[in-house]
Amino acid sequence: MMKGLKKWRLFSLLAVMMVFLSGCGEDYLSTLKPSGEVGKQQLNLLLMTTIIMTIVVVVVSVIYLLAFVKYRRSKVGENVIPKQVEGSHTLEVIWTVIPIILLLIISVPVVITTYKFADVAAMDEVDAEGNKTALTVNVTAKLYWWEFEYPNQGIITAQELVVPTGEKVYFNLKAADVKHSFWIPAVGGKMDTNVENLNKFYLEFDKESKDLKDGVFYGKCAELCGPSHALMDFKVKALSPEAFDAWVASMKATEGQVADKNAVDLGEKTFANNCLSCHAVSGVGGPGVGPNLTAFGDRNRVAGFLEHNEENLKAWIKNPAEFKPGNLMMKQDGSEPIYGQLTDEEIDALATYIMSLSVEK
Amino acid sequence: MSSYTQKKSFGAIVWDYITTVDHKKLAIMYLLAGTLFFAIAGFEALLMRIQLMKPNNDFVSAGFFNELLTMHGTTMLFLAATPLLFAFMNMLVPLQIGARDVAFPFLNSLGFWLFFLGAVFLHLSFFMGGAPDAGWTSYASLSLYSPGHGIDFYVLGLQISGAGTLISGINFIVTIITMRAPGMTFMRMPLFTWTAMISSALILFAFPPLTIGLLMMLFDRMFGGNFFDHTMGGNTVIWEHLFWIFGHPEVYILVLPAFGLFSEIIPTFSRKRLFGYSSMVFATILIGFLGFMVWAHHMFTTGLGPTANAIFAVATMAIGVPTGMKVFNWILTIWGGSIKVTTPMLYALGFIPSFVAGGVTGVMQAAAPLDYQLHDSYFIVAHFHYVIVGGIVTALFGSAHFYWPIFFNRMLNETLGKITFWVFFIGFHLTFFIQHFLGLMGMPRRVFTYMEGQGWDNFNLISTIGALMMGVGVILLVINCLLSIKGEPAGRDPWGDGRTLEWSIPQPIPFYNFRQTPLVRGLDTWWIEKQEGNTEVTFAEPVGDVHMPNNSAIPVVISLGMFIAAFGALYNPDADKPWSIYILIIGLAITFGAMLTRSLKDDHGFHLHKEDILEIEEHLYGKGGNK
Repeated sequence: MMKGLKKWRLFSLLAVMMVFLSGCGEDYLSTLKPSGEVGKQQLNLLLMTTIIMTIVVVVVSVIYLLAFVKYRRSKVGENVIPKQVEGSHTLEVIWTVIPIILLLIISVPVVITTYKFADVAAMDEVDAEGNKTALTVNVTAKLYWWEFEYPNQGIITAQELVVPTGEKVYFNLKAADVKHSFWIPAVGGKMDTNVENLNKFYLEFDKESKDLKDGVFYGKCAELCGPSHALMDFKVKALSPEAFDAWVASMKATEGQVADKNAVDLGEKTFANNCLSCHAVSGVGGPGVGPNLTAFGDRNRVAGFLEHNEENLKAWIKNPAEFKPGNLMMKQDGSEPIYGQLTDEEIDALATYIMSLSVEK
Repeated sequence: MSSYTQKKSFGAIVWDYITTVDHKKLAIMYLLAGTLFFAIAGFEALLMRIQLMKPNNDFVSAGFFNELLTMHGTTMLFLAATPLLFAFMNMLVPLQIGARDVAFPFLNSLGFWLFFLGAVFLHLSFFMGGAPDAGWTSYASLSLYSPGHGIDFYVLGLQISGAGTLISGINFIVTIITMRAPGMTFMRMPLFTWTAMISSALILFAFPPLTIGLLMMLFDRMFGGNFFDHTMGGNTVIWEHLFWIFGHPEVYILVLPAFGLFSEIIPTFSRKRLFGYSSMVFATILIGFLGFMVWAHHMFTTGLGPTANAIFAVATMAIGVPTGMKVFNWILTIWGGSIKVTTPMLYALGFIPSFVAGGVTGVMQAAAPLDYQLHDSYFIVAHFHYVIVGGIVTALFGSAHFYWPIFFNRMLNETLGKITFWVFFIGFHLTFFIQHFLGLMGMPRRVFTYMEGQGWDNFNLISTIGALMMGVGVILLVINCLLSIKGEPAGRDPWGDGRTLEWSIPQPIPFYNFRQTPLVRGLDTWWIEKQEGNTEVTFAEPVGDVHMPNNSAIPVVISLGMFIAAFGALYNPDADKPWSIYILIIGLAITFGAMLTRSLKDDHGFHLHKEDILEIEEHLYGKGGNK
């Protein structure tokens, strides 16, 4: 038995060491390496509760092991009948009051931060000219992609959220079909996108994303939403305020941009005939049926999770269901994409054209 | 030779089990059915862990993975943990309170068959066009969107088996209140009986919201009702509330009897009465009460606003207090005792640190702003498996060893039992400890795959290895159970330190449990008698005639009617299956016909005469022996 216990302790030690050795996850994804004020406060809460709870676990374990070691039958004697103790009022009071105190200590910062994180009053503040002062992003979660609309700037994009550092960014969250949940682990906790109401919260981005491994923070859908829930990723580009303003300006400059049905370029022509009815190529406008592709060439991933190259884009266009089962680019019966089967030549040209759509290059 | 002592043919034994109203036989049936579904759900978990073993794996498809995770959760909670605990409640509660059966033996049988056929119905979905795939929570927007009949199987299957659970819960409450032996006051009841009663009370209040929710879902899917369709003015958040008003107490419905089982094992193998019995009772009631006040902590990210979140955060933390009381009382029971490390005690000793670890992560998640990060990540997966496996499954496995002689008059092998414990216990911590960190490192739950380069690969592999070890542990336990068939009869009080009434009954237990109703003179009746040098409990009556209920096939027929009707309801929305309405009518006709028969035909049971009792006892225990 003791041998077994030692083994167990050794194992937990190993587990703890492994955790230390592997660090705390990746800085573009881990809640343990936050790059924003909200995430940092949440990490502080995590550390505070972990410390208190570790003390609890240690105290319980010590008493428990002590009792176990001292009072084993082999030590006490085979035929000893222990005193049948009924209980102890003093002890009951002690182990009722101490946990209450610990929980009260925890609940103070909990209640304060709960209210703080829910404070979105600044969303409605306006300057002297009546313009909103805070940056707001309308997030719409759709089966299996994300739409990001900037109502005050009049621009819209998809799959890659672009935000400035150093200020609170407010979010209006909504789902278009089924419930999803909007989560950027390395920046702050999540909030659900419900189908019937608008949820509001804010995040802050302290660090520019360009130095990260892929140059972006990873965003996740955290609520089961169908077969491709695991693949409903998005990316976040955090830019310096100047770079963000420049990005907004170049997005605005794409106003009115369309693909020409009679274009010489086969890619643009194919796009105009098969894709344009759902996918806009102008960053100015309202929500679309499919993701806005104005800045597709600047993106980090195809479909949110595939490596960003023409091969993957072609494979995606050929058969989107192979990559994201249940996605709405397929006909209801799942036989072929809603735009029908394109020839290889058309797909090649189309991929080149879509890759060329960019506002940053 | 009377009919009671004749050897029966195999067919007669099967028929006897199908029609039985004996709580002990129903307990064995619950045990077998629960084990079957536990094995199925465990197998589903292994398939999922193999899929997640490495990034970008294609062992199972995305859609099938969602079916697996849904059925794993649903089966484990409704169809494995609940019936396994009901097995112990059925077997032990009447024996612990000195009763010859439950208050409503007929309903006991009906409860079992509703549960079992509902469960079979739900599992048939795998072979009939796909299992439910919207998670065990079946959140409304996704479950209404889900194509095929999966969700209909979920709704109808749970409705039927839920009715069985509710009936059984009511039965236990009435049994415990009305059937206690003379002298068995409430504050002399064994703690397991207490937890069975509180847990049944929770069933009574928690299952109706689920029933309502499922009914509304049924209307939405069958008749185009619009309770949850937001485009028609419905609201999906209502489903979340209804589900969790049921769903959170459900956790306590399961964990309280588990606490009760440990509260029997720990005093027995410490040779010491339960420390702070009355505060244990109080803590049980308090946990049950607070369990209804905290459901919205499952919805911190739904957007209920800061006031609701803050209130539910603090209320949730409050549950830590009575739970802590229980843990300290268990430790103080050990303290000053004489601990014998048998297999059940090993499970109890493993339970305490595991459950505390699961409890403290619960407090961490109760901190609402912190929960915004933890919610729906692998952290919560780790947390609830620590509570459910570390708390409930260890209780079930430990109690299987502990109570095997009560069930089958055989002992399980101790050496194999201890090996099983270590394999399972190490596997369990290997699987789930690491998942806390996966969650903190940004891994959402319910994902069928993940890409490389997110720092999750190694931890997922470790977790899968642990899950396989747990699988080996379960197989070893089943082998142990099968080996016990060939074992020697265990006899009365085989652990030597039994404290409560169930250990005082000679083995094998006769179908009427007690020849004479015992007289209870304090907590731990059997222990008191043994300390006074008695080899028999004090009786409250002389040997006389015993009134017993008759077997009945009506519960099976009622349940079968529901089972058939469910298929009619399932296919009713399909335009190409006009026959479905007739199936529905036939099924309901069978059910109501059987209920009518039950109502019109009086069944007063039968009297077992004194001479029969003496003959049975002679047959069981030999002439004049072991009375």
